[in-house]
Amino acid sequence: MSLYSEKVMDHFRNPRNVGVIEDADGVGEVGNAKCGDIMKMYIKVKDGILADVKFETFGCGSAIASSSMATEMIKGKPLSEALTLTNKAVAEALDGLPAYKMHCSVLAEQAVQAAILDYYKRNNIPYDEEKFRCASCSHEHDHGEEE
Amino acid sequence: MKVYADNAATTRLRPEALRAYTETATEFFGNPSSLHSEGQRAKEVLEDCRARMAKALGALPREIVFTSGGSEADNQAILSAARAGAQKGKTRIVSTAIEHHAVLHALNRLKREGFTIDLLPVGTDGIVRAADAEKALGEDVCLCSVMLANNEIGTVQPVKEIAALCRARKIPFHTDAVQAVGHLNVDVNELGADYLALSAHKFGGPRGVGALYARTGAPLSPLVEGGAQERGKRAGTENLPAIAAMTVALEAALATRPETEAYVSALRDRLIDGLSRIPHCALNGDRTRRLAGNVSFCFEGIEGESLLLLLDDKGVSASSGSACTSGSLDPSHVLLAIGRVHDVAHGSLRLTLNEENTKEEVDYLLTVVPEVVETLRNMSPVWRDLTEGKRKFIL
Ligand SMILES: Cc1ncc(COP(=O)(O)O)c(C=O)c1O
Repeated sequence: MSLYSEKVMDHFRNPRNVGVIEDADGVGEVGNAKCGDIMKMYIKVKDGILADVKFETFGCGSAIASSSMATEMIKGKPLSEALTLTNKAVAEALDGLPAYKMHCSVLAEQAVQAAILDYYKRNNIPYDEEKFRCASCSHEHDHGEEE
Repeated sequence: MKVYADNAATTRLRPEALRAYTETATEFFGNPSSLHSEGQRAKEVLEDCRARMAKALGALPREIVFTSGGSEADNQAILSAARAGAQKGKTRIVSTAIEHHAVLHALNRLKREGFTIDLLPVGTDGIVRAADAEKALGEDVCLCSVMLANNEIGTVQPVKEIAALCRARKIPFHTDAVQAVGHLNVDVNELGADYLALSAHKFGGPRGVGALYARTGAPLSPLVEGGAQERGKRAGTENLPAIAAMTVALEAALATRPETEAYVSALRDRLIDGLSRIPHCALNGDRTRRLAGNVSFCFEGIEGESLLLLLDDKGVSASSGSACTSGSLDPSHVLLAIGRVHDVAHGSLRLTLNEENTKEEVDYLLTVVPEVVETLRNMSPVWRDLTEGKRKFIL
């Protein structure tokens, strides 16, 4: 099928980091079953670094591929860097997504932020709310409609 | 193994239809409207096809208008009856919640123009109740349109009963028989339809060609203005090779129809029985009052598009009514109409078989579908919540 790029299909067929972290330090879940997409991100933090990341996704091929790619992009990175991950970067790393699938990359960005936010909250770590605008989508993302 | 299980979407062209196509395109290439003998030879083929199509449906030749397919035929029937009705001050149309978009979107257009549209509900079995139709068929109704068989869940509708109710009230009745013609026994008089739409590519004919049956006396106006082809009801030089191929395809389908139905429905039943063993799934639509080749399931905890992609990797062509495959935010209106909630409707799979499929293919489907469902469930947070009791199973 040429609906998706080879990269998307690769991450969809062989998702990286799929699964659960039983003793996760932070868990984020975004989306809802009614809309047909749910992403759940589990993180393990060590010295401010994302020592491990796992995900579970209910959704279409691009949702699964976006979550897989997002985990690859943040694993081993400092939290501060993971927080700068944008949906656009995820989509670009996948060699692009069809315009009407850009929301899948948005979910991936949100899931990462939601997991980190959960970690901060659990540990009473002060955080800059501005950085978590995405954890519960309220602002305009680059949905790539014009592309 | 390669398994094409999407015959409700379209079918492979029958070899005899291809032969008819090339023969007509090369030997009868004249324009049927031309006066010269090349044109008249083509005209003869055209009228011969019309007579044969009419015979196959129990209609008169002059009641058949060739169209570009099912969508055009549906639109023409609906718009014609509505315009005629409006002239008599009748602006209500009764149809069903499970029609194809070719019908629903034509009705939406009329709604914007001021018509009132009543869409009859269906039961969880995917079947419209004639009693509901009876209640809706008031004085102001100018058209009733009920599909003969549904394209997603294959359910066969009580068209004969509803047509009789319409006949008694002098209300024009249209049926979208696109999924039925060539597969079920379709006779316009037995059905009592005033209009009937069919499409060649659902029974081994070419795509881009179909026909509208319009009973003598039923109002019919052209959608496209132009030349006087099709008795002024459909302008444009006739697609004669496609019309000839459609005619041959329908005759071939009908010649073996009872045997095909028995063969295909046995495959279907084997497939339904096998897939039913997957935990937390449900068949969509009535178990028996359905097309011989239609198998439609919802699997809880997964999404249909990813299911299709993984099946495609295994050589299986299938379809789904999930939002992601429809390109909209909502899952199929048909699945919602039979009471499937969004969460579950997203996880639908449609496998549609025909005479080209084999028992080996069905057995292959019975191996790969459960595998793929399991793969996706194993990475689904919804499935985890369901199995851990944090979310209630619906199916
Ligand atoms: C029930 C039904 N009606 C109408 C159509 C439209 O037919 P066509 O593709 O020939 O326009 C289809 C097929 O897609 C169908 O299944």
